[in-house]
Amino acid sequence: MQFSVFARRKALSIAAALVATAFGASVALPALAATQLTGAGSSFDYPLFSKAFYEYGQHHNDVTVNYQSIGSGGGIQQFTAKTVDFGASDVPLNTEEYKRAEAAGGKVLQIPIALGGVAVVYNLPGVTQGLRLSGPVIADIYLGKIAKWDDAAIAKLNPKVKLPSEPIVVVHRSDGSGTSYIFTDYLSSVSPEWKSKVGVGKSVQWPAQNSVGGKGNEGIAGQVRETAGAIGYVELAYALQNSMTYAQLENSARAFVSPTVNSVRAAAASKPNVSPADFSIVNRPGAASYPIAGYSWVMVFAKPSDAARGKQIKEVLEWTVTAGQSIAASLDYVPLPANVQQEAKRVLGQMQL
Amino acid sequence: MGEPAFRPRYRVGDRLFAWALNLSTWFYVALIVGLFTVLLAGSWLAIKSFGLHFLVASSWDPVTGHFGALPFIFGTIVSSVIAIAIAAVVGIAAAAYLAEFAPPLIARPLAFLIELLAAVPSVVYGLWGLFVLAPVMRSAIGPAIQSKLGWLPLFSGPIYGVGMLTASLILALMIVPTVAAISRDFIEGVAVDQREAMLALGATTWETVRRAVLPAARPGIFGACVLALGRALGETIATTMVIGNRPAISASLFAPGYTLASVIANEFTEATTQVYISTLIGLGLLLFVISIVVNAAARILMHTVLRNVEER
Repeated sequence: MQFSVFARRKALSIAAALVATAFGASVALPALAATQLTGAGSSFDYPLFSKAFYEYGQHHNDVTVNYQSIGSGGGIQQFTAKTVDFGASDVPLNTEEYKRAEAAGGKVLQIPIALGGVAVVYNLPGVTQGLRLSGPVIADIYLGKIAKWDDAAIAKLNPKVKLPSEPIVVVHRSDGSGTSYIFTDYLSSVSPEWKSKVGVGKSVQWPAQNSVGGKGNEGIAGQVRETAGAIGYVELAYALQNSMTYAQLENSARAFVSPTVNSVRAAAASKPNVSPADFSIVNRPGAASYPIAGYSWVMVFAKPSDAARGKQIKEVLEWTVTAGQSIAASLDYVPLPANVQQEAKRVLGQMQL
Repeated sequence: MGEPAFRPRYRVGDRLFAWALNLSTWFYVALIVGLFTVLLAGSWLAIKSFGLHFLVASSWDPVTGHFGALPFIFGTIVSSVIAIAIAAVVGIAAAAYLAEFAPPLIARPLAFLIELLAAVPSVVYGLWGLFVLAPVMRSAIGPAIQSKLGWLPLFSGPIYGVGMLTASLILALMIVPTVAAISRDFIEGVAVDQREAMLALGATTWETVRRAVLPAARPGIFGACVLALGRALGETIATTMVIGNRPAISASLFAPGYTLASVIANEFTEATTQVYISTLIGLGLLLFVISIVVNAAARILMHTVLRNVEER
């Protein structure tokens, strides 16, 4: 009896050792092949990054980039804890976050890496693509002050459209997101009441009594599709890929513009000197500018502790903000305008290696 | 015959076995203590900033940093209580049917199917709720209820499809298998002579089940319901998809609500300020405490009910 117990235990420990070796080997192998750079953060960037870094790896077999789409908040934390080589966030670091990151690893460089727009989508029986809306009207809808589709303010913008007397169901993102940030940034820029009552944020206190929250772009899309009279907002790429019914928005030049790759790019190009301190690009001038747009940001330490790795990070990011931007269009993301690409490259040039 | 034959004899193996059992129990005690400590430490900043007022405040404004947990506590408890009320009735009825009435040829595949439902991932329930149940709730179920019972505040107001009632129904659906599967095992476990005694008195099958079998299986059935309630309280993704995610306390079940687990899942990934993160961890602590309190209350209730039954 005793003997067999010992024998079995011995067998077990051998098995455990074997498993451990196998596991160790499988982890070690790719590390031998190439340096693995890691990044974490914004889920908005994920589709672009996964394709761009794959492409990059095709031409540079000494580097692989592993990006974890854990959300901007998590990205900032991981970056500050120095567990990743770069972080990605839909909003640049605020003063408090910057100070903490600086204390951990010195000066932080932040570059715009991806450009996105927000489409206002709706479901109105009998009304197809291209309902016209203005900033103040959308703000009043989201404030709950305009509660019916045939409200005089909406009718005035759409004299040719027969608007139903349906109640409006306001749909917003329930999860914290960069999309909500850009959207509330826009509403704050066009409505003083929104600015004082609600403000700007990735999550805010949505004031309308007739509002419901959906999780993610798909949550809003599902809600809007299934509910007659609903209005919501989704990321541009999502709206285009899913052929959603979106509104034309009045921009600051009083022109009505559809959310497209070109109109968002035009808005971004009107502000070439974008910086982490002055990053908002909503409601930009220009007849072709779509009014709801924003950047996603990547942060790196100016002086990484491992200079060799730092050099590789710099190369990957330089490629992503320039050549890599051609990938963006194929994913319905907006490629960075040429002048912003140059600005991003200039900031990366400040890395001390 | 002699004393030595009955003396327990400990061997090394026995001792090791006893230790292993001991350890696996204490491991869970340690886990709970550890969880509690980590949650308390993580939410300390929020507790210090808001104090007990946090529990009764109902505004949730990440922009200004005003946080209150009341709408989430309300949503969590209401959705779970409605869910368990529905699931208990349906689940126990299903269990009684499977164990006592259904011919074995039907009972076995049916029981298997129900147990299979318990293994369906909750995101699948959530998607089904969002794309199938919510539209039906908005166009058919909701208006039907409102036309009859619309005068009750409970069923008043606009129907969005998503909302407290839809979330409760999805939760009920998710926990019925738990109630049914465990209850069935306990009903089948009731001694045969109890049934025979009842039948011998001239009782019908229905009377036997109601008077002899179900009362005997009551502790087990109660346990099944407590387990199911625990699952409902902590359910995250399915609730998030169909509850409407508005931190408001409304009398109407058609109105959107919000639960503790949902708000954590929604906002944790993008929360960046220290107080905000700490507050969300505080909600986790609250959910933990609520689960323990509800479990304890259920147990006390069970003991009281059982004692009353025995005294009768």
